[in-house]
Amino acid sequence: MEDVKKLEEFQAKIDAEIKIEPKDWMPEDYRKHLQRQISQHAHSEVIGMQPEGNWISRAPSLRAKVVLLAKIQDEAGHGQYLYAAAETLGKSRDEYIEELQTEKAKYSSIFNYPTLSWADMGAVGWLVDGAAIVNQVSLQRTSYGPYSRAMVRICKEESFHQRQGYEIIAHMAQGTPEQKEMAQDALNRFWWPSLMMFGPHDSDSPNMGNGVKWKIKRETNDELRQKFIDKTVQQAEVIGLTIPDPDLKWNEEKGHYDFGEIDWDEFWNVVKGNGPCNKQRLQHHIKAHEDGKWVREAANAYAQKQKNKQLVA
Amino acid sequence: MNNTDNQGDVWEVFVQSKPGLPHKHAGSVHATDKEMALQNARDMYTRRNEGTCIWVVPLDAIVSSMPEDSGSFFEPSDDKIYRHPTHYVMPEGAKHI
Ligand SMILES: [Fe+2]
Ligand SMILES: [Fe+2]
Repeated sequence: MEDVKKLEEFQAKIDAEIKIEPKDWMPEDYRKHLQRQISQHAHSEVIGMQPEGNWISRAPSLRAKVVLLAKIQDEAGHGQYLYAAAETLGKSRDEYIEELQTEKAKYSSIFNYPTLSWADMGAVGWLVDGAAIVNQVSLQRTSYGPYSRAMVRICKEESFHQRQGYEIIAHMAQGTPEQKEMAQDALNRFWWPSLMMFGPHDSDSPNMGNGVKWKIKRETNDELRQKFIDKTVQQAEVIGLTIPDPDLKWNEEKGHYDFGEIDWDEFWNVVKGNGPCNKQRLQHHIKAHEDGKWVREAANAYAQKQKNKQLVA
Repeated sequence: MNNTDNQGDVWEVFVQSKPGLPHKHAGSVHATDKEMALQNARDMYTRRNEGTCIWVVPLDAIVSSMPEDSGSFFEPSDDKIYRHPTHYVMPEGAKHI
């Protein structure tokens, strides 16, 4: 059959590390997998602006404020790069946005946690962007060309994000006892949800199978999570904060840190929509989208008018 | 997609990073007219001094060769090795050529 031959050729390209481009033949499941993964990634960038946007007006200094604004603007850009990559798979941006707003598509659960103090801006940049970087560095080698190119661009911008967060939390950890307590509290609240960002253990991850074979995903959830932990422990030590995991211990033999059990009930609960901020995040997105409707309409009307003028002239 | 509420058309963005270098594809933006396309491209692809010049091109103005034609399209140049300088035998001892 034609498709069997095409599938073989497709797999041969993947195995030879040749990127797949939008006009190339691809299995329907590969397309669907990418549509789901890239749009989910795009939604995460966009929804992820909310927990940080919460602190723009209360940033403790002008420097902190411009940095936070620039960081959040980058995230908006990341969302745009990723939607653009997702659109090359034959679905419009409007469709993707509708899937988000009707809860057919997910975004990263980490953004359903509230940001309660300024120290959280530190924890988010340090841990949430830190975890995202580990994932995104790996995805630079993903098999789909437009996704890979978006990841390369995003990774260039991310290191500033993590460093600005680490600077905030380091600063607070060296402040007054109350400030240090806020820093520790932020770490306590964001540590476990950050580990959950990598998704379920490989042994019970439903979307993995073909994702690895097709090199959409280059490393597994557990491998990436371990990388993040191994990198981050020392960074916590340097600033005198304690990672809230009594089982965290260097394992000489493995050359990795052992760590405690992740609360998967909490994870699934938040994924299913019952996290502290799920409703708020989505409502805010819908409101912003609706508030912008007249702008889009005006822009379209203006463009139409220009076109008509050209026709007459 | 309906006509009254959509994100505008797709425009491909090409950025020249330095005078003298070619414009290179950077990505795409949505916009309803060319000025908006240019401004969106500026905001999205040159936030860190990445460019000295931007081109935006409506996606439907781009004509692309297709993967299934790549054989007949590109292979004819395979056997024209005389198009490469290494094809020619230079006399022994000749320099700077
Ligand atoms: Fe991002
Ligand atoms: Fe980021």
